Amino acid sequence: MLSIKNLTASINGTPVLKGIDLEIKAGEIHAIMGPNGSGKSTLGKVLVGHPSYEVTGGEVTFEGRDLFALEADERARAGLFMGFQHPIEVPGVSNAAFLRLAYNKKAEAEGRDELDPLEFDDFIREKIKLVSMKEEFLDRSLNEGFSGGEKKRNEILQMAVLEPKLAILDELDSGLDIDALRVLGDAVNQLMRPERALLVITHFPRILETIRPQYVHVLSGGRILKSAGPELAVELEERGYDWVLEEAAAGGRR
Amino acid sequence: MNSTFNVVTSQEYKYGFVTDIEADSVAPGLSEEVIRFISAKKGEPDWLLDFRLKAYRHWLTMAEPDWAKVAYPKPDFQKIVYYSAPRAKAPKYASMDEVDPELRRTFEKLGVPIHEQAALAGVAVDVVFDSVSVTTTYKEKLKAVGIIFCSFSEAVKEHPDLVKKYLGSVVPYSDNFYAALNSAVFTDGSFVFIPKGVACPMDLSTYFRINNKESGQFERTLIVAEEGASVSYLEGCTAPQFDTNQLHAAVVELVALDHASIKYSTVQNWYAGDKDGVGGIFNFVTKRGLCKGRASHISWTQVETGSAITWKYPSCILLGDDSIGEFYSVALTNHKQQADTGTKMVHIGRNTKSTIVSKGISAGDSSNSYRGLVKVQPKAEGARNFSQCDSMLIGQTCSASTFPYIEVQNRSARVEHEATTSKIGEEQLLYFQQRGIPAEEAISMIINGFCKDVFRELPMEFAVEATKLLSLKLEGSVG
Repeated sequence: MLSIKNLTASINGTPVLKGIDLEIKAGEIHAIMGPNGSGKSTLGKVLVGHPSYEVTGGEVTFEGRDLFALEADERARAGLFMGFQHPIEVPGVSNAAFLRLAYNKKAEAEGRDELDPLEFDDFIREKIKLVSMKEEFLDRSLNEGFSGGEKKRNEILQMAVLEPKLAILDELDSGLDIDALRVLGDAVNQLMRPERALLVITHFPRILETIRPQYVHVLSGGRILKSAGPELAVELEERGYDWVLEEAAAGGRR
Repeated sequence: MNSTFNVVTSQEYKYGFVTDIEADSVAPGLSEEVIRFISAKKGEPDWLLDFRLKAYRHWLTMAEPDWAKVAYPKPDFQKIVYYSAPRAKAPKYASMDEVDPELRRTFEKLGVPIHEQAALAGVAVDVVFDSVSVTTTYKEKLKAVGIIFCSFSEAVKEHPDLVKKYLGSVVPYSDNFYAALNSAVFTDGSFVFIPKGVACPMDLSTYFRINNKESGQFERTLIVAEEGASVSYLEGCTAPQFDTNQLHAAVVELVALDHASIKYSTVQNWYAGDKDGVGGIFNFVTKRGLCKGRASHISWTQVETGSAITWKYPSCILLGDDSIGEFYSVALTNHKQQADTGTKMVHIGRNTKSTIVSKGISAGDSSNSYRGLVKVQPKAEGARNFSQCDSMLIGQTCSASTFPYIEVQNRSARVEHEATTSKIGEEQLLYFQQRGIPAEEAISMIINGFCKDVFRELPMEFAVEATKLLSLKLEGSVG
């Protein structure tokens, strides 16, 4: 589904990704972990087309298409989704209107019927149950005055509305208490299908107890230092990141 | 990375065509002779000619103001044509069938309903083309309830006492440079009189069109609402696309007596000049409402999107006790446009209230300033004002400024001012795009959200138009 080959990227001329290789197939859940400032969030931003980052080399294909030939909104309509770490607030734009426009853009791209406000209202009232969101949040301005946890619920609600092929979840657990984390983790699991995939970017292994990856990668210094199965997350929880960095440094010297 | 911001801003101005029509024009230049000519052309009474001449003589002693944050070549007042009228068989058309077909097509193209059976049913329209009013619809129907809605020239003939009583009573001819000029040379405009206790059954509207390349437009609008009367009035404007600047210097006066209410809405889309700042209208307008009676209410709503230069401060003089003044404004500037706009709320009566909501949007290389005065005079016991001034910037090369002036001379007054500046940033756009919404639709949605508090004050058809207009004006700014 997603194939990343030797991807390099920089911001304001400073290299931040220094050769990433990653393959994600349908049905798979991957976790990217790493210390703060390692470049793991950067990878997500580059994939969805953040304009501050410049792709300086490598290739990325998504569902067989050259990802970087697509505008950010085209990537989204092709089925790429990102749950943002810090969702922005937009005063005056109702959450429901935003969700409906996003839904209809995707429906239009896929040749499905668009939903009018009444139809969408029925549709969205079902969806919010999945993330245990109160209905009043639909009528409020997009993310405006939402708590950290409410913003994250709204991100997963958007994921539920758009049903992306590949969802990148950037630090979903930040700002969430244990109960909310479990609710959202369960919601993400319910949205998972054999034809879909997940890329979970996280600093803490805690979220991986709910959303269980088959593959765990440690990213630091703009490179993937280590890839393994779910047991790696457990090991990182116990031992921290330093040993991976040391091991990689030693490997580099050999 | 900045490419995102350099592209979304510019749809061509679609009202930029010129109507090829025979016109009666006076030679360019301003003198007492020209003023006498205009007055004679309109068959005006002596008192009005006197008013004009006094204004002219006063104007000669005044200097063009330069305190606004706008820079432009000063107009050469001797090069402006002060009177230009489409040549007609009769001085005023008796019915639409007599209107020059070319002129009719012009207004059809502009989407202005000059036929009473036209699309925007339920809105009476006065149409002003260069210096004269072309037609006024629904006049008879309004007359039945005692409402006078006609061109200013006609009002001078048919209702001289009313005009004489109120003309210059809110904006005296000596008020400011452009008001003095207007008082000397104004050619036409609309007159509205709502008698005691009558709620106007439909929205009234005037559509202004500048066609002549050299002509200035100097219209005069006077709206009087007697005790307990109410009216909602809409104003729209466009002009052809010329590479020279045309001057528009209007004066609007509103008078509200006891318990009367006047709601005045404007969607201004004069030609703004091209993206390099060549051409466009210089819009220097004086608009003021007098809340003369107890518990009277005047509300200004404006959506300013056009003009090369905008210099405009619709104001309320809150004279009557318990009177209310409101100002809701969206001003959008793009490319090289410059706007210095805002309001004045002068609290004189007791328990007077005013609300100011101003939303400035700047894109391209434009400059957008809010300038507002809230003045509470010594006797304005219990006066209250709330001001909210928000600015939004699109891109890196535009500017927004806020100049609030607050003068309070009564201790019991409460004046609140809030201001914010935000930017449609890359992060905001990415968020929308990441949900599959293209950049241009994202901007339009963000802008409409930003302007919501103002748009909801507009009559419905106008709100829809305004929404579309803002999107059009910003097309190409980000992308």
